[in-house]
Amino acid sequence: MKCKIKAFGITREIIGQRELLLELPEGTTVGELKASLYGNYPRLEALKSLFIAINEVYAEEHMLVQENDEIALIPPVAGG
Amino acid sequence: MIKITEKPIDIQKVIDTASSLGAGAVNVFIGTVRSTAHGKNVLWLEYEAYESMAVSEIRKIIEEASQRWPLLGWAISHRIGTLKPGEVSVAIAVSSPHRKDSFEACEFIIDTLKEKAPIWKKEIFEDGEEWVSAQPNMAKTYS
Repeated sequence: MKCKIKAFGITREIIGQRELLLELPEGTTVGELKASLYGNYPRLEALKSLFIAINEVYAEEHMLVQENDEIALIPPVAGG
Repeated sequence: MIKITEKPIDIQKVIDTASSLGAGAVNVFIGTVRSTAHGKNVLWLEYEAYESMAVSEIRKIIEEASQRWPLLGWAISHRIGTLKPGEVSVAIAVSSPHRKDSFEACEFIIDTLKEKAPIWKKEIFEDGEEWVSAQPNMAKTYS
């Protein structure tokens, strides 16, 4: 399945674009997606933390990614 | 009112929106851009947000605050884009019948916003730049 992933902050700079298109096998978990991203972009693994949001909600590692989900990379936040 | 905006924050509007006739207190927190970080001069900050999710996370924070304290009104405005030292990056106002609740709720809201809202900032120095809190070595900069 094809998945679009939005990248913000330092992840946008590491990946070099705002949106990444990935081909993922059905049944991919959030944890597996992160592992695959770490393989392609090792600098992501050096961040203090990296969360994945699915449809604008923080996702847990065991959750499944579905086609057409809005997926986003959330590096350490620093609002305020 | 929850607002993520590239324009300067209208603090009076935030206060007015949070105010209520039944309130004995309106507590306001104003976050500003500090001129130094890691002992160096900050030229400016670049703020960015995942806007739709930031609004929804802030809404959850407000809902939790409303359950814990008897709030009569509230408003939050967060700036994004380029901000220079001294500029206002965030304004939060809450009103409640008595002041203690508004102090506590306001502190809870800014603390939780900093922890959960998907908003980022990059400090721009004369000799480099750094995404705040992103990397384990905080003092690291690169040209």
